[in-house]
Amino acid sequence: MVKQLTVFLENSPGRLAGLTRVLGDAGVNMRALMVADTAEFGVVRIICDRPETARRALESAGFGVSVTEILAVEVPDRPGGLADILEALGAVGINVEYAYCYVEPGGQAAIDVFRVEEPGRATSVLLEAGIRVLEPDDVYPADS
Amino acid sequence: MFQPEYEAMERPELEALQLERLNSLLARVYENVPLYRSKFDGAGVRPRVESLGELADLPFTVKDDLRSAYPYGMFAVPLKDIVRVHSSSGTTGQITVVGYTRGDIERWADMMARTIACAGGTADDIVQVTYGYGLFTGGLGVHYGSERLGCMTIPISGGNTKRQVQVMKDFGTTILACTPSYAILIAETAAEMGIDPRSLSLKAGIFGAEPWSDNMRRQIEEMLDITAIDIYGLSEVLGPGVASECTCQCGLHVNEDHFIIEIIDPVTLQPVPDGERGEVVFTTLTKEGIPVIRYRTRDISRLVPGQCACGRTFRRMERVTGRTDDMLIIRGVNVFPSQIEQVLAGIPGVAPHYQVVLSKRGSMDHVEVHVEVGPDVPFDEIKTLERLRGRVAAEIASALAVSIAVKLVEPKSIQRSEGKARRVLDTRGEGGA
Repeated sequence: MVKQLTVFLENSPGRLAGLTRVLGDAGVNMRALMVADTAEFGVVRIICDRPETARRALESAGFGVSVTEILAVEVPDRPGGLADILEALGAVGINVEYAYCYVEPGGQAAIDVFRVEEPGRATSVLLEAGIRVLEPDDVYPADS
Repeated sequence: MFQPEYEAMERPELEALQLERLNSLLARVYENVPLYRSKFDGAGVRPRVESLGELADLPFTVKDDLRSAYPYGMFAVPLKDIVRVHSSSGTTGQITVVGYTRGDIERWADMMARTIACAGGTADDIVQVTYGYGLFTGGLGVHYGSERLGCMTIPISGGNTKRQVQVMKDFGTTILACTPSYAILIAETAAEMGIDPRSLSLKAGIFGAEPWSDNMRRQIEEMLDITAIDIYGLSEVLGPGVASECTCQCGLHVNEDHFIIEIIDPVTLQPVPDGERGEVVFTTLTKEGIPVIRYRTRDISRLVPGQCACGRTFRRMERVTGRTDDMLIIRGVNVFPSQIEQVLAGIPGVAPHYQVVLSKRGSMDHVEVHVEVGPDVPFDEIKTLERLRGRVAAEIASALAVSIAVKLVEPKSIQRSEGKARRVLDTRGEGGA
């Protein structure tokens, strides 16, 4: 499983800019960023090269931040690639809370990020189905 | 003037009347209300004064006295002599009940008739009473005064703004009685309905029950093409009709034949020099059902020096500029920030940091509770956050008997205070204090 940063943000002008500037100043490079918004607040989810560094930088800048473990899965870059994965999870009754995807630089495959209720069981199911589940080392080098 | 024999009484004559009525009142409450007897005995004062100045030696009455006497403990007459009760809005345990004798209702109608006359009203007028009818004193208070003055009275009560506009247009309403923010909403609604609010027959409005500014007055007068009059009252003292502006719009004439007004320093509790701001204190000279001695209103105002051009000799209090405490009145319900705090303390996941934010949305007051998301909330999932917000809103609504919008805000985003936390942020003002 891979570490994702989640930041609780007020839905107001400049707030997301402030967050990304903090990360930039800390030398953190983002792989993926996803903003889920409601009328009043937003939840920003980030995959980056140095999650612990990023967490510390954000916390000291006063952001509300938490680290969430998510599943990152390599999806074959062909029609139906994602459907195969979701069907494998659906078949054993695992619900997906949210998902988004990104592409590794130079990679042939897309990376899909899933938040599921039972990440351990989901990992086994996907591995059995012959789907590659990324480890922290695949996404970011040792970071502390 | 509805009762010029009182409203324009020479001051020495008025003060003699006040003194006589005060002594009669003191004797009555000492005899009939155990709380006053014990307060007076405890303070070592007699229920008699030689001059009006000696009133300042008597103990105060506060809202808590009324609460602990709930429901009838401070009534000064047997219940068979009470013909009406009203209640101040409040949540369980904080409600207060006020009782009126037939004589109280009569005098109240007179005072409210004075108020409408103060706004330029006569028996020719058509008064639309848009204050709520019920336990709240606003609706029935204005209603009786309107009838007493001989006006045609429309007891429409609050709400259903389009119908308010239609009735106003079809019935030819000339005087509107409601809260100032509702007057603006009525004007806006009329415009939306394709009715030019300035073309209506309205000539005056008597507005009260919430704080408003001179800018807002000008706005209302412009939108509706009327004279907007500020009125003041509170159920513990009477209801609407305690004080009212005349068309000079330079302070609210206090019905001094029925009330003594004092302005005190809310910290030292000493009277402030004439013209200085402080907490308004009322003594009800003629109330029979539930008279009060030196009742601390927690409203901040001052006495306007000098005489008014209208000929009334009653002194004027300035428009109320604030409250001595943080109590909020949200859609007619009294809300204390401490009650919100209590609710939040019982919900895991929300930090004890919160702020009640008052703002204007259009012409209406909008209240929002800002709650910090605690460090333990798994805020990765939107539905967790929505559920949390829903729970906070539901628990506040159930505890306070009024629903308040809840907004989740970032951790540590609410300003920390070293002393007393600033729990209420009022952004309704128009700058300057």
